Amino acid sequence: MSLKDFLLMRQELLLITAALLILSAEIFRDPGKKRSPNLFAIILFAMVTAAGFLPAPTGAIFGGMYEVTQTSLMMKNILNIGVLIVLLQSVTWLGKDENAQRISEYHVILLSTLAGMDFMISAGHFLMFYIGLELATIPLAALVAYDRFSNKSAEGGIKLILISALSSGILLYGLSMIYGTTGTLYFDELAKLFKTGNLQILAFIFFFSGMAFKISIVPFHLWTADVYEGAPVSITSYLSVISKGAAAFIFIIVLFRVFPVIIESWQKLIYVTAVLTMTIGNLFAIRQQNLKRFLAFSSISQAGYLLLGFIGGSQTGMASVIYYILIYVFSNLAAFGVVVAVSNAKGRENIDDYNGFYRTNPGLSLVMLLALFSLAGIPPFAGFFGKFFLFTAAAEKGYYLLVLIAVLNTIISLYYYLLVVKAMFIMKNESPVENFRSDLSTKLALGICVAGIVIIGFAGIIFEVIRNASFGV
Amino acid sequence: MDILTLFVVIPVLTMAGIILVKDMNRVRVIAAIGMGIQLLLSALLIFLYVSARKDGNTDEMLFVRDLVWFKTFNIHYTVGVDGISVAMIALTSLVVSAGIFASWEVDFLTKEFFVSLILLATGVFGFFISIDLFTMFLFYELAVIPMYLLIGIWGSGPKEYSAMKLTLMLMGASAILLLGILGIYFNSAPEGGQLTFNIQEIARHTIPMSAQYLFFPMTFVGFGVLGALFPFHTWSPDGHSSAPTAVSMLHAGVLMKLGGYGAFRVAIYLMPEAAHELSWIFIILTSISVVYGAFGAIVQKDLKYINAYSSVSHCGLVLFAILMMNKTALNGAVIQMISHGLMTALFFALIGMIYGRTHTRMINEMGGLMKIIPFLSVAYVIAGLASLGLPGLSGFVAEMTIFVGSFQHPDLFHRVVTIVAVTSIVITAVYILRVIAILLLGPSANEHYDHLRDARWYEKVSVVTLITFIAVIGMAPFLLTSLLSTGIQPIIEKILAYAPF
Repeated sequence: MSLKDFLLMRQELLLITAALLILSAEIFRDPGKKRSPNLFAIILFAMVTAAGFLPAPTGAIFGGMYEVTQTSLMMKNILNIGVLIVLLQSVTWLGKDENAQRISEYHVILLSTLAGMDFMISAGHFLMFYIGLELATIPLAALVAYDRFSNKSAEGGIKLILISALSSGILLYGLSMIYGTTGTLYFDELAKLFKTGNLQILAFIFFFSGMAFKISIVPFHLWTADVYEGAPVSITSYLSVISKGAAAFIFIIVLFRVFPVIIESWQKLIYVTAVLTMTIGNLFAIRQQNLKRFLAFSSISQAGYLLLGFIGGSQTGMASVIYYILIYVFSNLAAFGVVVAVSNAKGRENIDDYNGFYRTNPGLSLVMLLALFSLAGIPPFAGFFGKFFLFTAAAEKGYYLLVLIAVLNTIISLYYYLLVVKAMFIMKNESPVENFRSDLSTKLALGICVAGIVIIGFAGIIFEVIRNASFGV
Repeated sequence: MDILTLFVVIPVLTMAGIILVKDMNRVRVIAAIGMGIQLLLSALLIFLYVSARKDGNTDEMLFVRDLVWFKTFNIHYTVGVDGISVAMIALTSLVVSAGIFASWEVDFLTKEFFVSLILLATGVFGFFISIDLFTMFLFYELAVIPMYLLIGIWGSGPKEYSAMKLTLMLMGASAILLLGILGIYFNSAPEGGQLTFNIQEIARHTIPMSAQYLFFPMTFVGFGVLGALFPFHTWSPDGHSSAPTAVSMLHAGVLMKLGGYGAFRVAIYLMPEAAHELSWIFIILTSISVVYGAFGAIVQKDLKYINAYSSVSHCGLVLFAILMMNKTALNGAVIQMISHGLMTALFFALIGMIYGRTHTRMINEMGGLMKIIPFLSVAYVIAGLASLGLPGLSGFVAEMTIFVGSFQHPDLFHRVVTIVAVTSIVITAVYILRVIAILLLGPSANEHYDHLRDARWYEKVSVVTLITFIAVIGMAPFLLTSLLSTGIQPIIEKILAYAPF
């Protein structure tokens, strides 16, 4: 294997280098002096992100286990942007005294999970896929339990690791049956060999369930709210956006590449789970008081909408899924960004705490308003376009009833998003969250998100670029 | 930049200006200037449109501008106007300007109020200039969502409940509408070829009957809810009564017209066959709207509720006329939209002014206002007379045309429903005259009200402007109908191609 081939993995190599550099920088740190390596890590990662947009060759190495395609490059770039925003958002929180000694760990762990996701997306073989998946999941549990002084944080970490182990087990069981019935784990060969035998369908269902845990599709969603609530807010936003987005990316790639033969079977599965995921996610979100739990359930229902892009198996379907995740990154991170800022400054996380928020913090309220409207799919914000295209992709294949259920669900979701808007803008409060100044990094992160929410829909070219990088069954 | 896009750009610039200034007085001035420019622009548009027609331009839509937006789905930003849209745009800029003057005294979060109000107007303008279903739908939702904040923050009474109810019902309707639009899109090229959202291109083909049966009701109901179609009208009384003055004016005056406009521009124009077959259901529903709304108004005590129910009745008449699907009735429908827009804006403006003085809207707590505030009272009487269809004012022209049109149908069903709908005129007279008798005439009910101040200059401006237009349309309706005729012609041809009644 020549160096040129090796450099196909430049994205992952750069990430790992960055992580190692951050770790080595710790050696030279003066332990007595209070200094944050935040800036170093963020600049490094920004460079990695920028490098991702350079033109890159495509191809396969390691005998086809690892592949670089236009699709995977696009997906990695989207994840990078999201992670950059998350890093910016977590600066204030990492700057607190209790975290002062552990800043590098945070960055190293975060970047290695990202490297895992990148490997997973680039996989051309189920083993590579599985290694990437584990690398993306296990360190996450450490991040969830990052807050040493909180029981809930520890509980969330344990729950995440147990659920991951369980779902990985189920997934592996499915993979072993796939191997048993076909004799290969290469995606391309499987696409030809996979048939509709009973054992193979069973194998597929195990695989599907394993993935459903990762994306938190109903009925595999029960861990989500507890873990999201327990984790530090920055980690929650990472979990709900990046981790979920990456899992959705690889899921749609595998469905379209490996299992086109049994498309009729998985269309039925997706139909049922999409309806359940949207409806249950939305109905549970209505009753939530804690904003983290609230956003957890809202993100479950968002995953349900995503499945509408899966179901047709078309190129536009995949394009609309990638496009929606891009938009979701900006919208959800904007919402979380506000929650992070308020939680860091005042330690308040309930919806009631946001009563009268607009009076004291108009800027943050407006960002939240934009984020919620984008999540609800209100024009002219990006979420509207994302949802419209997902629905179009499903309607294209004649799933009108499913689209009807989805649009009715958007009304339910609009209701609870408006509850937050109502709290911020209409309700009065004896002791509102006092006015506070956010630091530069938070402002920068929110600024990027707002720009994304406002611009993406009007720049039609973005969708075309994504579509050209997508493929159908 | 073309003249139509300016109708969206100017409000956006106005909003930007409002956000940038600090002083509250300047906020109002900028809003008024922005919408003043918009008013001049619509006058210019009418002039350009009429002169283009005089020069023999027979295109269906004028000033067309077409930009590709999303190539994959063949989504374009396409704008263009015919006579009907020109009239609706003029109405909108008139009502918005009057609304700005009527909300001169908003002193709570002034900036945010005017931004939301103008955002709402942007949506309405954008809706009327669009001829691409996607763009149209986008602007439609854009017009609905600021209502939540406008009612929720600046409203009165059970404002949170009303705001939520209104938003959810209208967005629910737009969700159904979205499905209808997707259905039209995927059947827009039945002989194969490129699918399209462009209304004119879709109209050149015939959508398959099975699809029409499915998607006509969705589209019609989707728009109909905004036009207060029974039994989905319940958002209207609550919403209107809780909303601040300018919002009620804009909502009843313009936003409800989006429903009627969309119903014939999209639902009936694109799917005339299903419209013919299914119209009886909706004709029955709209007749109920017309009569029920009027009866509802009789028993109300709150001025705003009276007017809200009256709007249900009058907007029901618009949908009723559209469903008659002949030229006379369609003409009447558009005139009724304009007439009701002006009249109801005037009503809500006056109610707001009276409420600002007496701090009550209950008619039995007031009395004898004619002696105390004669200007406002006389204006109220004029609005009332227009509403009950007095010849010489716009209401008469509209209702007369509608009923003549609907009676042209020779069959029993149409004649019976026409007779049912006509009774609303009598009922309207009852509730209008009842209010005039209690509120304006008679003895003064409360001595605190004896020294109220009559209208100020900015109030007079908006009131007189609206009355002028009501009277002009009432006395010289040909000005309006000649503008409309070129717009109505292609729609009627498409409808009659299927079944000359």
